[in-house]
Amino acid sequence: MADLAERETTDDTEATPRWRRRLGSLLRWETMLVLLLLATIAYGASVSPYFLEWTNLFFIGLNVGEIAIIALPLTLIIITGEIDLSVASMLGLTGLCMAELFDHGWPIWPAMIAAVLLGGVLGAFNGLLVTRIGLPSLAVTIGTLTLYRGIAQGVLPTDTISGFPQGLASIGVIPIPHTHISYSVLFFLVLAVVFGIVLHATPLGRAIFAIGANQEAAFYSGIRVRRIKFWLFVLSGLMCGFAGVLWTLRFASARYDSGIGLELFVVTVVLLGGVSIFGGRGTIVGVVLAVAVLGCLQTAMTADVIPAQDQNIVVGGLLLASVIVPNSREMYGRARTRLRSVGARRHAAVAAREEGS
Amino acid sequence: MTSLAEEPAVVDRRSSSHAFAEFLARFRELGIVLALVIVVGAATLDNHLFLSAANIQQILAGSAIIALLAIGETIVIITRNVDLSIGSILGISAYATGVLYVHHPNVALPVVFLLAFAIGAVCGAMNGLIVTVARVPSLVVTLGTLYIIRGIDGAWAGGNQVNASMLPDSFNKIGYATVLGIPYLGWIAIIAVALATYAMRSFRTARDFYAIGSDPAAARLAGIPVGSRVFLAFVLSGAIAGVTGALWLSLYASVDAIAGVGYEFQVIAAVVVGGVAIFGGSGTVLGAALGALLLYTINTALVVVNVSSFWSMALSGALLLAAIAFDRLIALRLAPAMRTRRTARG
Repeated sequence: MADLAERETTDDTEATPRWRRRLGSLLRWETMLVLLLLATIAYGASVSPYFLEWTNLFFIGLNVGEIAIIALPLTLIIITGEIDLSVASMLGLTGLCMAELFDHGWPIWPAMIAAVLLGGVLGAFNGLLVTRIGLPSLAVTIGTLTLYRGIAQGVLPTDTISGFPQGLASIGVIPIPHTHISYSVLFFLVLAVVFGIVLHATPLGRAIFAIGANQEAAFYSGIRVRRIKFWLFVLSGLMCGFAGVLWTLRFASARYDSGIGLELFVVTVVLLGGVSIFGGRGTIVGVVLAVAVLGCLQTAMTADVIPAQDQNIVVGGLLLASVIVPNSREMYGRARTRLRSVGARRHAAVAAREEGS
Repeated sequence: MTSLAEEPAVVDRRSSSHAFAEFLARFRELGIVLALVIVVGAATLDNHLFLSAANIQQILAGSAIIALLAIGETIVIITRNVDLSIGSILGISAYATGVLYVHHPNVALPVVFLLAFAIGAVCGAMNGLIVTVARVPSLVVTLGTLYIIRGIDGAWAGGNQVNASMLPDSFNKIGYATVLGIPYLGWIAIIAVALATYAMRSFRTARDFYAIGSDPAAARLAGIPVGSRVFLAFVLSGAIAGVTGALWLSLYASVDAIAGVGYEFQVIAAVVVGGVAIFGGSGTVLGAALGALLLYTINTALVVVNVSSFWSMALSGALLLAAIAFDRLIALRLAPAMRTRRTARG
């Protein structure tokens, strides 16, 4: 954020036309997200008269709470230039672990803590393979995506575990007293503030950006690249464990395929939030806005009676758009240089022909 | 490692240091065959019917599907990309084939496969275009198209199902008929792997794939049209997945909106187990196909030895991780040896 402010002041000193500067600030990613959010709300309001009621805020939050919580650590991981595709499988397996322990007579609170800790262990396994053996995180987390989901399927192939204490399971049906906010959104907002401060205002956050911008340079300037990456993967696991607990309580049941395919939504939220897939760039504010966009969009589409698989088309399209649009300026530049070089060649050919004649 | 695996000429004049590296490079195909023998042996000891003709034919037909998909995925991974959308492409092409037969029961076989090929190629071209024009990592692009194509498939199919009675026998026959005791699908896979192996060794375009995967920047500087080659890799992968979709329908004889869900992970596991480097630039189609055969055989063996088949997914994940970790450790071990050899040569 700080460097953005600086950039704006330097812009003032340059002799750029005022309209162009205004346009530039308008074209900032976060501004576009706000516009997109307003458009989504308008769409929601047009399909359902209840969309703008306060109670709807609760349902919007309920739909994206877990996705949003997982998106925070994934944001940091993507900023360092890595990826974690196993988040949905970790969510499923930790939720299942909590349910299994509860089913075997554990009290609910220790079972929940065990699930979160299991998430940490799963994340640590990812982190070890990436940082100690030096494997690409893409391949590792495709592997653990399959492995963790497979373990869940092996442990509980066909059954559903339910029967959690009513008091806890009700967090999926009632908002926080006297508000319209779901519990998961409250946790998300608190965590978002913490993540925002850590990422944008501490040495650790700067180290994370530095790793993403240039890993080798970061290493030689004394940043513990491997250690930071390892703990980010652990953090991702812990958050997935936490989201797994919330998910299980929200649906008041656990199955092996809980949250399957959720990685699409999480990755979409992070990249839609303006985090560069190449690492080194991104803000927590953007991710929070993207969460709001996705939440409103999902709820609006559901109100519009659009079936789940069609919603996946829209979200998949959103994912593609959010990686293509930031690259569009470069694409335009490349196309222009190519056209120019073709034009120059043609000019040269014409000139040569004229000379010859 | 690639050049060793690819150059049979080296084998003839091998010295002792060559032999060691050669052994490690060849180790993969050999290791897979060894693992296959062990798995088959153990399963047969447990239940002698495992080696019955019917079971072997079932394994060959089932693994043929994975092996065919693995050919396309190998090409893409060799260029240092990944294609996560093949399961969805297989699904939509299988459903399209089924619907074509429902509406035109007398349509000729070549038309069916042409349609499947075209659907796959179009999906692959979409992936390839976005990856090469927008220069976006293929992981994100194909993660998006995985759900987009599956969503289109789901919206189209809804709750409908095409089953064997709606398909002509000439088509179903591809799935169950055999020649010389090997199912049609097995033959198709063997021929395809043989052709692809030859092409990947000898065609200039195919060697470009290896060059791009080894070092994209160097490939660009060497004048290789990186963009169009990567585009071609995705089109090939999509087209192969499309044709495999039609074959999948002939084998399983019924298709709905969830055909081929999760195949991408099995296929990537098979490819990586088969020795294709996940960093790109190295690996063979033959290895990937053998990896597919091994994975499918293990899954079948699990059922025979009374381990629930629900563990098969965990197994392919574990094998994938073991394979990439193993490759990495071998590469780290081999690096000093390669370096000394290069200096000795130079």
